[in-house]
Formats: sequence, structure tokens, C-alpha cells
Amino acid sequence: MDRTFDIKHYRGFFSITCLCLVILYGPLIIVMIYSFNDSVSITNWGGISLRWYVEIFTGLESAKFKAAAWNSFSIAIMAAIVSTVIATAAAIGMIRGGNFKGKFASFALISLPIMVPEIVTAVATLIFFSTIGFKLGTLSILVAHTVFCIPFAYLPISARLQGIDASYEEAAQDLFANRWKTFRYVLMPIMWPGIVAGFLLAFIISLDDFIITNFIKGAGIETLPTAIFGSVKQGIKPNIMALSTLLLLFSIALVTLSYFIGKRGEANQNTQQ
Amino acid sequence: MAAGTGSGSTVSAIFSPVRLWLLLPSWIVIGFFLLVPVLLMLTYSFLTKEFRGGVIWEFSLASYDQFLFDRGLFGDEAPVVKWTYINIFIRSILQAIGATIFCLLIGFPTAYFIATRPIQSRTIWLFLITVPYWVNLLIRTVSMKFLIRDSGPLNELLLYIGLIDAPLHVINTNFAVQLGLFYSYLPFMVLPIYASVERYNFTFSEVASDLYASKVTILWEVILPVVKPGIIAGSILVFVPSLGAFLAPDLLGGAKTFMIGSLIEDQFKGNAGNWPFGAAASMILLSLVLVVLMFYVRAQNKDQT
Repeated sequence: MDRTFDIKHYRGFFSITCLCLVILYGPLIIVMIYSFNDSVSITNWGGISLRWYVEIFTGLESAKFKAAAWNSFSIAIMAAIVSTVIATAAAIGMIRGGNFKGKFASFALISLPIMVPEIVTAVATLIFFSTIGFKLGTLSILVAHTVFCIPFAYLPISARLQGIDASYEEAAQDLFANRWKTFRYVLMPIMWPGIVAGFLLAFIISLDDFIITNFIKGAGIETLPTAIFGSVKQGIKPNIMALSTLLLLFSIALVTLSYFIGKRGEANQNTQQ
Repeated sequence: MAAGTGSGSTVSAIFSPVRLWLLLPSWIVIGFFLLVPVLLMLTYSFLTKEFRGGVIWEFSLASYDQFLFDRGLFGDEAPVVKWTYINIFIRSILQAIGATIFCLLIGFPTAYFIATRPIQSRTIWLFLITVPYWVNLLIRTVSMKFLIRDSGPLNELLLYIGLIDAPLHVINTNFAVQLGLFYSYLPFMVLPIYASVERYNFTFSEVASDLYASKVTILWEVILPVVKPGIIAGSILVFVPSLGAFLAPDLLGGAKTFMIGSLIEDQFKGNAGNWPFGAAASMILLSLVLVVLMFYVRAQNKDQT
């Protein structure tokens, strides 16, 4: 046993792993610390304060930030709901549909938004909307985000569905449940953790998106990332660091939530089988 | 990528008759709002530009011509190969390769280390690696900019320790962009390599060791060939988004570090305002990515057979 461990172990790999985590978290932690800096300068430390957090909600730019936050969150919620519904249907069709002609093509189409570079998606969507005369604004952002979120919602949902034995549905059928009732009362409760995970991922992806939104937002409409980008172009300001910290903590909270839901789902699945 | 393709015992007679109806919404939405736009973009790249953005519906090869050749100020001289745009593409490819190598150097040992932990602690390590990916990329890039700027915390720390005498100038250099790309996509490298190291059977290492292979030999000759699919997958997941990256070059780089992403953005949002040319540059980028993905699929198929 000792020897196996020795063979597996390479000196220095632990240090590199620690370095990896320092690289990943270092910049984020430093921005978090400096967001509490009670100084107008971003270089000098002037003691701890919450003034920049107050500034976001009451300062000169607060109206802009509130509008941007409203746009970001309303678009993210709607895009996540629509893409999760579409992705759930697609996952059932792909995984419970058996083998059919064009299955690979169907899978490629569903994954297309992940495979095409984001900037290309942005260009193509802008050209498309301007050609058909679709007015650029919140609706165009919503449509683009929905498309982009589908594969992100699809992956955890289909992974979950693959782990579910079809015998549950067959049992429901034997008890004369129709297709909808089989889905609603049998399949959906078991799939639920996958659906929630997919929804949360889609939500974060939409909330975080900058490149596509920047191309198709139209004049005068901002989401949080585009508002932050606009500010940062003129130099990093302390209030932006406070805003970034809030957004960052929100994302981390959602990912943690998604992680624990996934874990609970796994535990349930194990007890069921 | 394989998720959702292979299924055996999960087929049910209940949903397969309606699979078309279940799949149709995703086909329509993605087909109409992404596939059609990409085809339209291809068409645009062959149209004539209108000043201040937009196009005139007249067939023209001007965009691709502009990409490759210089025909003088008035366009009437003999074409000479122009390197401006080709160089931007070459630089982007080199930057993406550099970022991939950096990610591999840090990502492989990390993935290996995590995969050899006890099962309970693995999930925690993995979770720690995944969390930064879900943090807004813009915020992460801005954080990097804040950290490495001339009067930033990193320089102050190094000055304080006495490691350097004058602040290091990192921002607006190629290295800063490289660092930004590396930082952006590092988790993408760790996860697939982890997945393949986790499946690696360490009996191979033991056998090799019994045959007096050194640990370095075991790593190079035994482990690496087995986990190669994970390394290739990770490299592609880093290389592809790095190639078309916009935020890292824009925020961390300067005029000299222009990459494809910035070039394309400039045609639509910036001063250039040449839509057909932007569409052509996007098509070239997309083709590059498709070539890389095809290479990946072929490599994967070869590994499976």
C-alpha cells in the first residue's frame, strides 16, 4: 500500500496545485480586499470602510447600476427558464428517443452555441438582427442569451437523465399513466436536481455574458457586465471593485448552491437504486 | 462532448414516439437564431461594404482581398501580399498556443495531484478549481489588470520584499495578454485531464516500476500516453476560446497586442465600421476553429479504435 502511494506521488505536484489555486483566487481576493478601501485612490490604502458599497446604491452612478442590474437579472431569469424548458425537452428526446437517423447531427446542433467562438456568435447575431430589421434592445439580448444558454442547461440535464433507469417510466405506464403524467409525476421529480443545476448554470452564463450582449444591446441599454466594461475603459474605480465583489460573491453562492443540489441528487439516486 | 449520445438501457417506449416534438424546439431556436445567422454572416463576407456599417447587396470579394493583399491607396496597383491582418491571425494563434502550454504546465500536475487524492477530498479540490470559472470573465480580467498594473499590488509587494528595484512593466505587453488568457481558461485544462487520470490504472505504474523504470520514465512513457485524450481535450478547450478572445487582449494588452477578437470587434463596434470585412474575419476564425475541432474528433476516434 505504501509503495503504491509512492509510485503515484510526484514531488512538486502539490506545490504546483497550491500555485494553481493562488493564481485562480489571488486576483479575486485582492480586488475584494481593495473594495473595502476607504480611499479615492485605488493605490493607497486608507483604512477599511463600506463607503464604495454605499456609493453603488446611492452615488452618482447608482441609477445606471440599478437599471443595469434590473436588465441583467430579468434577462437572465427569463433566458434561463426558456432555455431550461427547451433543454429538458431536448434531453428527453435525445436520451429516451432511442437510436434515430440524424442523432449525431441533432447533438451537434444542440452543442453548436458552445463550439462557435463567442465573438463569431455575436457577429452573426448582430448581422441577423439588423438584416431582418429586429430592433436591438432587451428582447434581442434575451433571444441571443436563450440560444447561448441551451447547451449549458442541456449538459447537466442529459447527464442526470442518462443515470435514470427507464423502468420507472415503464412502471408508470403499467399503472396507466399517460405520457404527460409519467413525465410530471415520475420522471421530473427524479430529474429535478439536473434541471435545477441546468437552470442555475444557464442563469450564471446569461448574467456573465459580455461579448454577445455588447454587440447586440443597442444604444442606451446596459447590463451589469457592459456597464462595468464601460467604466473600466476609463480606469478601474473603487466603486467598480465593490460592484464586482458583489457580483462575484453572488456567482460563487449560486455555484455552491448548484453543487450541493447536485450532491443531494446523487445521494438520492444512490438510495433509490 | 460525448454526453447524450450513447444510451443503452435508458431507452423508453414512452417518449421515443414523440422525440421529434421534444427535439423540435431546440432545433428551431438554435437553427433559426444561430445556424441561419452564421450562414448569413458567410453571405455578408461576400458583399460590398457600406460606410458607417451595414452592407450593399452586391457580390464582392473585396473583404478577402483586403485581408490578403495591398493594392495601394486607390486600389489600382498590382496586389502585394499584405501582412497586417495575416500577422494579427498569426499572433493570435501564437498567443493561444502559448496560453495552452502555460495551462498545460500548471494544469497537468494539478489534475494529476487531485486525481490521486482520496475520493472524498477530490470533490472539494475539483470544486475549488471549478468555482473561478463561474465567476464573470470580465471581472476576472479586470482583477488581473488591477493586480499587475504598474502601481498595482503585485509590483508593490515585489518592491517591498526587495526582489525588484523598479516596478515591472507588465500591462499592455504580449506577456500580460498571455497571462490573462492563461488565467481565464486554466480550469478548462484541469478538468478533462483530471477525468482521464482518474480512470488511469496505477497497476501500469507498478509494473513499470518492477521493471526498473524511473519515475520520470513512468510519467513520460506510461502515464502520458494513457491520459493523452484528456490532455488533447483540455488543450482544445483552452486553445479555441483563447483564439477568439476579446477581453484579455482588450483590457490587458495595448495596440501592439491586437488579436483576432479585437480586429472583429473594431469592424462592428469600433472605428473601422467595415461589416463585410468583419464577417470575413469571423468566417476565417470560425474555419480555424472547425479545423481544430475536426482534428480533435479524428484523434478521438483513432484513440477509440
